[in-house]
Amino acid sequence: MKVLYFAWLRQRAGTGEETVHPPAEVRDVGGLVRWLAARSPGHAAAFADPGQVRAAVNQAFCGPDHPVAPGDEVAFFPPVTGG
Amino acid sequence: MPDPTIRVGEAPFDVAAETAALSAGRDDVGGIASFVGLCRADDGLEALFLEHYPGMTERAIAGIAAEAAGRWPLTGLTVVHRVGRIAPGEGIVLVLAASRHRVAALEACAFLIDWLKTGAPFWKREVFAGGGERWVAAREEDEARAREWSAKG
Repeated sequence: MKVLYFAWLRQRAGTGEETVHPPAEVRDVGGLVRWLAARSPGHAAAFADPGQVRAAVNQAFCGPDHPVAPGDEVAFFPPVTGG
Repeated sequence: MPDPTIRVGEAPFDVAAETAALSAGRDDVGGIASFVGLCRADDGLEALFLEHYPGMTERAIAGIAAEAAGRWPLTGLTVVHRVGRIAPGEGIVLVLAASRHRVAALEACAFLIDWLKTGAPFWKREVFAGGGERWVAAREEDEARAREWSAKG
């Protein structure tokens, strides 16, 4: 599974992209966040404020209940500020 | 409507050239509405740095453009969004909507920029003259404006 981080989540996590192999019990975005947050203090800092974290699975915005599976591209980022 | 013109990149845009392209070679375009977003120099801002999610950005903008083309009878659409370093006074985003009549062009243009603010994966980082920097926070007002379009169906 490919995980991408953008903006301050990337800075805090210390990486913009990583390949991870979460255990089978990680089935959705929320579960993946909890598992990733335990990887390092930087990851914990990136996910410390869940209200400020948005996600996309395979390049489509989604909520914490969206399923994740091996081979997915999952991205985490703050609320968008373009335009 | 022909395919919308969608570009995401570091290069500045030429409003006049992009506008002319929407009516070139055709005589059924009655009006072109435009929105040009510029970088302000608030609080001693030295530059904005825009980051995006390559791949998803273009998909998201294409989806928003398709939604606009379904709602209004347009003859053409252009969205150019810059990324990278942008100095005060420079353009950040250009939205053009062309139609036979003004109401469709004006409404589609407003719809597009409202949705670009909340529905496309861009993030702005402000860098100040003293060396400080901060990420721009999303505004609830922008979310509310985008939701209003959803409510209108």
